[in-house]
Amino acid sequence: MNLLLVAPILVPLLTAALCLLAWKSVRVQRWLGVAGSAALLASALALFAEVDGRGMAVSHAGEWAAPFGITLAADLLGALMVVLGGIVGLMVAVYSLGSIDEGRERFGFHPLVQILLMGVCGAFLTGDLFNLYVWFEVLLMASFVLTALGGERAQMEGAIKYVTLNLVSSAIFLAALGLLYGLTHSLNMADVSLRLARLNYPALENLLAVLFFIAFGIKAAVFPLFFWLPASYHTMPVAVSALFAGLLTKVGVYALIRVFTLVFRDDVEFIKELMLVVACLTMAVGVLGAVAQMEMRRILSFHIVSQIGYMIIGLALMTPLALAGTVFYLAHHIIVKTNLFLVSGAVARATGSFELKKSGGLYAAQPGLALLFLIPALSLAGIPPLSGFWGKYILVKAGLESGQVVLVVVALAVSVFTMISMMKIWSEAFWKPHPLGLTPAPVGLLNGPIAAMAAMTLAIGFGVEPVMQLAERSAQQLLEPQTYIRAVLEARR
Amino acid sequence: MNTLMALLIGILYASGMYMVLRRSMVKLIIGLALLSHAANLLIFTMATLRRDRPPLIDESETALAAPYADPVPQALILTAIVIGFAVSAFAAIMIHRVYQTTGTDDLDQLHTTDS
Repeated sequence: MNLLLVAPILVPLLTAALCLLAWKSVRVQRWLGVAGSAALLASALALFAEVDGRGMAVSHAGEWAAPFGITLAADLLGALMVVLGGIVGLMVAVYSLGSIDEGRERFGFHPLVQILLMGVCGAFLTGDLFNLYVWFEVLLMASFVLTALGGERAQMEGAIKYVTLNLVSSAIFLAALGLLYGLTHSLNMADVSLRLARLNYPALENLLAVLFFIAFGIKAAVFPLFFWLPASYHTMPVAVSALFAGLLTKVGVYALIRVFTLVFRDDVEFIKELMLVVACLTMAVGVLGAVAQMEMRRILSFHIVSQIGYMIIGLALMTPLALAGTVFYLAHHIIVKTNLFLVSGAVARATGSFELKKSGGLYAAQPGLALLFLIPALSLAGIPPLSGFWGKYILVKAGLESGQVVLVVVALAVSVFTMISMMKIWSEAFWKPHPLGLTPAPVGLLNGPIAAMAAMTLAIGFGVEPVMQLAERSAQQLLEPQTYIRAVLEARR
Repeated sequence: MNTLMALLIGILYASGMYMVLRRSMVKLIIGLALLSHAANLLIFTMATLRRDRPPLIDESETALAAPYADPVPQALILTAIVIGFAVSAFAAIMIHRVYQTTGTDDLDQLHTTDS
């Protein structure tokens, strides 16, 4: 058993268990949450260092060799995602110290966050399709409770939409899984990939590919399956929606990347065409939805959808550069989007409302916070030299190299609309004076995680070379699944 | 047997989808439960439905000869049923809470968070 691979799953589990033992003391739970998330980040970094050196880390549960046992495997993408999960977990844990009300804390906010992180890390690390389903359910269950915790009216309305659509997606995933098992008699992704290549049922494979695309597409919120997201993300407490915005849809994107680079690798053109269309429409519809909104978190929710479109581009083009762009974009987006949600919470705390019409005056009262908003906001819109510019630059370049002019035009136009949305937030919440003449209140501790994540955005933007090299190596691995397959099937540990 | 199962699964999916699309919340979770039952039965059917071919290797042979009734899908379903049970229990509690806070069972009334 490779302990490094198991640690990102065990650490949050242990933290959650300790939190449950300290059920009566909210203070103990808070600090356990922060310490546990820091430990998760440390273990994720250790795993990343190992994978970075060796290329792969594989472990079989209970010493059952693949394809019989459950495999845990981390390639560069998986390890990178776990690190990002650790970062978001830690930032949200610190942020929730100053933002989550005691009522929610009393009913298990902290252990639930840890269980959610466990599910997310498990999904990133598993090499087994059914195990992926189980991790999905673990993280969904935790997210369901976090969505509904608190029981405000808007929250309950959001929860019922969120729960329904995610359960439908799980049912489709389970059915696809069953059909795939019937076809290949295996669940280990590496083994399934080999067996599918030997079979010759193009129609069935196509059907399965589409089923998996729909199941993960709902989770990743692609067009036209995204409507649950902007209907629910703005109803939760800020710390929860930041956690969801950063990680949950990205688990769907990760699953799409994994399945369509490893399992359905020789797939026919049809699904690629479908993805191209979906990517364009997701980008465009998401950003247009955002333009119509006047509530900060609704705007940001629609931008999640729009940004998911950019990530699908790499998967649709499937060239080394495009896939590297997708990996880069994932890393950039998780940090920037989490940060923007955290900023929205700070804005609401300072001005008293998420509604842009009812807030204002932040630039005069807190120029520091205004600057901290501008960094992720401009990065999201793709202003050089921030991280979003590089992500879009790589994807646009890859699109031009593949001759997808429409795609490139849509991607660039969407960028402009993103800028408009961000400027709308800027001019309403920061620039104009407060409509009631109030002076925004200080936000204190909330600035910490926001500043830390803004620093990460700057670091990715100015130190783009090493991150890009990492993304390229990761894309290389994804495009040559033989390495992954051999590592999984030959590992004897 | 396979035809019968295919029909049954189809009916379960159809009625599950129909129930999910109804306006009542109670019918919604019944629909979700039906969908998960349909998926479970689908996996069960994938295991080759035969009575006379247990997954046992003859003394004279070294490997299983196809076709045989595969036991793995049954293990998968067991896991899926347990998860489905937990999810249904949660959904039941949740719609109760939704009903308490909003005072309605009609999904069309729950549109204030849509955009």
